[in-house]
Amino acid sequence: MGYEDYEIVMGLEVHSELKTNTKIFCDCKNEFGGEPNTHCCPICTGMPGTLPVLNGKVVEYAIKAGLATNCKINQFSKQDRKNYFYPDLPKAYQVSQFDLPLCYEGEVEIEVEGEIRKIGITRIHIEEDAGKLNHEIGGTLVDYNRCGIPLIEIVSEPDFRSPVEVGIYMEKLRTILLYADVSDCKMNEGSLRCDVNLSVRKKGEKILGTRTEMKNINSFNFAVKAAEYEAKRQIKVLESGGTIIQETRRWDEAKGITISMRTKEEAHDYRYFPEPDLMPIITTDEQILEWKASLPVMPDVRKAHYIQDYGLGSKEADILVASRKIADFFEAGANASKNPKAVANWIISEVYSRLNEDEKEQGTMPIKGEDLGNLVNLIEEGTISGKMAKTVFEKMWQTSKSPATIVEEEGLKQNSDEDALRTIASDVLNTNEKIVADYLGGKEAAIQSLMGQMMKATKGKANPKMVIDLLKELLEAMR
Amino acid sequence: MKITREEVEHVAHLARLNLTEDEKIQMTRDMEAIIGFADQINALEIGDVIPTAHVIPINNVFRDDVSRPSMDREKLLRNAPNQENGCFSVPKVVE
Repeated sequence: MGYEDYEIVMGLEVHSELKTNTKIFCDCKNEFGGEPNTHCCPICTGMPGTLPVLNGKVVEYAIKAGLATNCKINQFSKQDRKNYFYPDLPKAYQVSQFDLPLCYEGEVEIEVEGEIRKIGITRIHIEEDAGKLNHEIGGTLVDYNRCGIPLIEIVSEPDFRSPVEVGIYMEKLRTILLYADVSDCKMNEGSLRCDVNLSVRKKGEKILGTRTEMKNINSFNFAVKAAEYEAKRQIKVLESGGTIIQETRRWDEAKGITISMRTKEEAHDYRYFPEPDLMPIITTDEQILEWKASLPVMPDVRKAHYIQDYGLGSKEADILVASRKIADFFEAGANASKNPKAVANWIISEVYSRLNEDEKEQGTMPIKGEDLGNLVNLIEEGTISGKMAKTVFEKMWQTSKSPATIVEEEGLKQNSDEDALRTIASDVLNTNEKIVADYLGGKEAAIQSLMGQMMKATKGKANPKMVIDLLKELLEAMR
Repeated sequence: MKITREEVEHVAHLARLNLTEDEKIQMTRDMEAIIGFADQINALEIGDVIPTAHVIPINNVFRDDVSRPSMDREKLLRNAPNQENGCFSVPKVVE
């Protein structure tokens, strides 16, 4: 048997740092980096006698994330202690949630090769992030700046069947969290990372195989590669008569392999119990409705709207909804314009080529969506030519002025005055007898030369369509 | 309910406790007494009692999301057995 006789089954645990001002249980700043142990206090370093108090924003953001992923909300929720010994957690336990997470039973749709797949969300719970360990020769140095940063853990059902789906899902989840405005989702700062649980089984088999877990993967790309490698590794082990050990493995990007970290056995006996230092969280219907109402329209809904009402293709729509700011920008332009599809094309070609990834996400750009819509209108109305529009756009980008202002100031308005153009056309024909003769003699391409003369005479402002029509009319009259 | 020596050793290991032989015998007895007490509660008819997640009937204790200065690092590290480069220094751990 070979690889194709096996089915891969994967589930994901995605950790996302929430973008609160402060940590989950104390007033220390929630900020990436900083000198070691400078964003710390007795609470987040687990000093004896301190007591945690939950940051209310953490509850709000976690529930918003749940609503954005179609979860149900546990209106009675509590926190629990997860006990384990590791110096990245100074209390020797992590405050997390066990049996009553804030959110449960959600669903995220992903599109894989044109097909919609639904990925179940088992639960979303809140917990505290751990500190950072730096392993040096002879010892380990601990920095607790990250300790106590609020996290949500989004646990999926084992609904993934191919590594590609993992990458698409991560991308989708990131977009949703950015739309909901609850996390920065900066992969390079570790504010979005995932654990991949993976097992394989022979096709048709009902029982799941033994799974391994790959922890703390902080790139979509790595997650896909790690899953691909691990699936092959497991199949190889099984094919050669071996068994899979339930264990945690680490993705080594440099070597392109997964490495065993430790066997689970006792390590995962976390002895959860209700956190006695923190009170239950009760959420009212009104509160949930208010948070729900504050969420923006989600990317799936916008995409469907762009395709149906604006006639965009699926790919174009995907590009526009990838960033909430760009989607908002597009909608402002589409609303101001008579041709939304043209607005989309301008964004995809001209706007995108001027922005880096960060600027796309933040929507930092010098022009307004309405102005782009108005620029498209100027072309539609024949006020400026498509070619001239590029010049106007460039000026808009440089000066943030409206297209109408730029056209006015620079005198870029297209000349569509038929009488004036007719006079110029007559002049051109009179002074270019040879070219006219060529044209009448059958060389139709000669009209381009006459067209060039017209543009020269009008400093490029003549309405090209009108010029061609006029020239043809006058030339035909000479036959 | 009977608690075995293995169970005591298992729990002690999870809690990173090194127990002497005498302590293990003592712990076995204590744990049996605790479990026995829990069994007594289990035997009660509590169908009418609403489950509680906390002993004190208070909910929704929240902080405002406003930052305040963190503690001076020197002060924070003062009681650390070892420190280096502004970090707590601990015996080498590798997962």
